[in-house]
Amino acid sequence: MHVEIDEPGRKVLLMGNEAIARGAIEAGVDFCSGYPGNPASEILETLAGVAKKLDFLTEWSVNEIVALEAAGAAACAGLRAMTVMKNMGVDVCSDFLMTVNMSGTKGGFVLISGDDPAVHSSNSELDTRNYARFADIPLLEPATTQEAKDMTKWAFDLSEELGVLCMVRTVTRLSHSSGLVSLGPITREERSAEFAPLLGTWTSGSGDYTCMFHDALHGKLKTAQEKFEESQFNWYTGKEDAEFIIITSGTGWLYSAEAVKLLGLKDEVGILKLGTTWPLPEKLIAKHLKHAKEVLFVEEIDPFLEQNVKVLAAELAADIGPIKFYGKKSNHIRSEFGAGVGELDVDTVMRGLTETMNVTYIPRDQDYAEKAEKLVGSYAPNRSMAFCAGCPHRASFWAIKRALKWDGRDGIVTGDIGCYSMAQLPTGFMVLKSMHCMGAGIGTATRFGNLKRYGLDKPVIAVSGDSTFYHACIPALINARWNKSNLLYVILDNKTTAMTGNQPHPGIGIDALGEPSPVTPIEDVCKGIGVEVRKCDPFDIDEATQNLYEMLQTEGVKVIIFSRECALTEAQKRKKKPRVYVDQDKCIGDECGCMRFCTRVLNCPGNIWDYTKGKAKIDEVVCNGCGLCAKLCPAGAIIVEEVV
Amino acid sequence: MIGDDPLNIIITGVGGQGNVVASRIIASAAVNEGLYVSVGEIYGASQRGGAVTSYVRLSGEMQYGPIIPRGMAHIIIGFEPIESLRAIGNFGSKKTRAIINPRPIYPVDVLSGTLEYPPVEEVLKAIKELVYGVQVIEATELAKKAGDAVMQNIVMVGCVVGSGLIPIEIETTKEIIKESFAKERVEANLKAFKSGVGEIKGRKAV
Repeated sequence: MHVEIDEPGRKVLLMGNEAIARGAIEAGVDFCSGYPGNPASEILETLAGVAKKLDFLTEWSVNEIVALEAAGAAACAGLRAMTVMKNMGVDVCSDFLMTVNMSGTKGGFVLISGDDPAVHSSNSELDTRNYARFADIPLLEPATTQEAKDMTKWAFDLSEELGVLCMVRTVTRLSHSSGLVSLGPITREERSAEFAPLLGTWTSGSGDYTCMFHDALHGKLKTAQEKFEESQFNWYTGKEDAEFIIITSGTGWLYSAEAVKLLGLKDEVGILKLGTTWPLPEKLIAKHLKHAKEVLFVEEIDPFLEQNVKVLAAELAADIGPIKFYGKKSNHIRSEFGAGVGELDVDTVMRGLTETMNVTYIPRDQDYAEKAEKLVGSYAPNRSMAFCAGCPHRASFWAIKRALKWDGRDGIVTGDIGCYSMAQLPTGFMVLKSMHCMGAGIGTATRFGNLKRYGLDKPVIAVSGDSTFYHACIPALINARWNKSNLLYVILDNKTTAMTGNQPHPGIGIDALGEPSPVTPIEDVCKGIGVEVRKCDPFDIDEATQNLYEMLQTEGVKVIIFSRECALTEAQKRKKKPRVYVDQDKCIGDECGCMRFCTRVLNCPGNIWDYTKGKAKIDEVVCNGCGLCAKLCPAGAIIVEEVV
Repeated sequence: MIGDDPLNIIITGVGGQGNVVASRIIASAAVNEGLYVSVGEIYGASQRGGAVTSYVRLSGEMQYGPIIPRGMAHIIIGFEPIESLRAIGNFGSKKTRAIINPRPIYPVDVLSGTLEYPPVEEVLKAIKELVYGVQVIEATELAKKAGDAVMQNIVMVGCVVGSGLIPIEIETTKEIIKESFAKERVEANLKAFKSGVGEIKGRKAV
C-alpha cells in the first residue's frame, strides 16, 4: 500500500481518504475509531490495514457516539486519537461532542467528518461545518489530497496545543478522488496512556463550572484564530488589489481556479482560498475585503463562509466601504436543484462568474447541446439503483409484500438505513414506506403500532439491517416492548455492513483488523429483551412468507431474523457459482399469464427477456446463482445447476 | 496522441463493471510517466446497479480538480452503450473520441418493462453523431477468451493505451497491472490487457 511507504518527499497517488489516513500516520496516531459511512469508510479501513505493522490501535465502533467517546478517552489519556464518520454520523455523536469540547483533551483529538454534497450515498445534505461553529471547535477544510494529508497531520498538533477537539471536514469529491501527494516522514512516538485529567476530573461540569469551561473554550477558539491568521492553508492568488474576489474553501477552490483560467479572468479576479474555516481568520479576510468591491462565495452545501464573512463585513463596514456579495443568497451559485443544494463543479462557478462579471462563456454551441440532449433523451433510458443480482433483500421484500397481501389489512412497513433502503424503489417492490436516520424504522414503528386509540389499526412491520440493529435499534425495541406496542420487526441479517463496503459488525466474530472477536448474536439480544424471535433464510421464500404471515396475526412485539449472507461477500468466498438458465422449452413466454414475472416483477438484473424468442433468459455474466427466480417461476422453467 | 493539457478521460459504466480498477490503473501508469493526475470518482449507492462515472485528468503542468467541465472530455471509455451516450451527452464534443463496449446491461426499469432499451446499433449511431470518432470493442467477448468476462475493463484499458491517444506507454501499464492484482490473477489480466492492445492496433485510427 502506498499509504505505508516511508520515503519522505516521494510523490504517490492517494485517494483523499487514504491521504487522511496517511496524515494520521505521519502524526503518529495511537488510536482510530469510526463507524462505516460513505464517503468516510476507507479512512479507517486504510488505517486498520497498517495498524498491526505500525503498532497502533483501531476499532470499528458500534456507532458514532461510541466511536467519539472511545477516541475521546484515548485522547484524554494523552494519546493521539481520531474518529471518522460520515456527515450524519456527526448528528449521532453530537451529544458527546457538545460536552467533550469543554472537558478538553490532553492528546491530539481529531474528528473527521465526510459530507456528501449532492447526496451520492446518504439521505441528507447536512453541512457539518455548522457543528464546528455550534460546538466552538476549530475546523479545517482540505481542498486537495495533499491538503487532506497535511491538514489531518496538523489537526493533531493544533488539538494538542489548544487542548480541544479539532474537526476536519472532507466531502465525497475529495474523499473519493485521487491525486498526487508528497509524503512526509512516518513518526512513531512511544506514548504511555494514563488517566490524569488536568483538574482531576474529565468533565464539562455543571452550573457555574460549565459556564467557566464554556468561556475557556471561547478562549481556545481565540487562540486558534490567531494561528489561523498565519496558516499556510490560507492563501490569496491573482491581482493584488482585485476589485472582484472569490472567497472559497475545500473543493470550491479547485473549481474556482479552473473557472477563472477558462474564462481568462486571471488578471481581474483574485481568489482567497481558506483552509481554516472556523474560526475565520478575520484579519486576513479583512485585508482582502478592503480592496474588493464585489465578492463571490464558492463553497460546498451551506452558505457558511458567505454568512460568516458578511457578519465580519458588517463589523468592518466603516473601514471597507460597501461591497456587493454574490453566492447562494443571490442565487448566483446554484445547482440544477437550486442554491445551497447539490454539489459544485467548474461549470457552476463559471456560470456564477458570467452572471456577475461582464464575460460570456458557451461550453458547446447551442446546436450541439440541443442535439446531445435530444439524443440522450431518446436513446439513453434512466438507470435507477437496484439490489445486486442474487441479493437476499430481494427475497426478503418479496416475502414481506406477499405476507402483507395474504394478511389483507394494508400493513405499514417502516424502514431504516442500508442497502435495503432501496426497497422504497421498484427493486424492493416499493414495500418500504418510510426512511429517516439509523434506527428510525423501529423507533417510528413503536408508535405506528400503538395508535389504536386514535383509529390507526394496521399491522406494522419495521425493517433494519444487522449492523443498523446494533447501531441504533436496541433502545427502540426495548421501548416497543415496554410501551406495549404491536409490531413485527424484520432484521435483514446479511452478516456485514453492506452499503458501505462490507465492514464487520458485532455479530460477525471479527474486528476491524479482521481478527477473531466475541460474537453478540442478534437472536440472543432480542430474546434477552423478552420478545418472540424466529429465524429463517429468505431464500426459503415460502417458509419466510409463512412465518411473516403467522407473526402478523398475533399481538405484541415480535422479531424475525432473515439470515442470509450478502451476495457480494458470498461471491468473494466461493470458487464457482451455480449455473442458472432458462429451459426455453418450458418457458411459455407471454402465454404464461405470469406477465413476465422474472423480468418485470422480480426485477433482478440477472433475468432478461429474449425478444427474438419471446421467452425468458438469464444473463449468465450478471447472474449470481441465488436461484430465487427458479423458485418463483410458475412454469418451473428456470433451472439451477448446483456446483458439484 | 492528443496534445491538449489537461487531457480529460471519462470511464463510464455500471456498478460492478470495474470502473474504479480501470481508472486506478490508467492514473497510476500516468503517475509513473511523470504526469500530474487527478481522478474523480463516486462510489457508494451509485454502485448498486446505477451508473458509475470516473474522471481521469492528466496534465504536465498542474493538479486539476476531480470533475471535468461540460463538453471537455477528450476520450470516453464506455463499458456500456447507453452510459457512454449519457456521458457524451454531458461531457462530449466534436473533438471527443469514444471507445465503447457494445454489450448492454439493462437497467431495472427496462427489465420491468417501464422503459425501453433501444437497439444497440441506434445507440451507437447516436454516439457517432456527437463525437469525432468511435471504436466499438467487443470487450466482454475478448475478456471471456482471456479467461473471465469481468476483465472487460482491462481489455478496454488495453484499447485506450494501445490506441496511442494518451501519453502512457504499454510497458508502464503492464507494470501497474502486475502490482494491481493478486498473484494468481495477474496473468489473466495481462492477457486481457494485451488482447485490448492487439484489437486496437489492428484497426484504423479514428
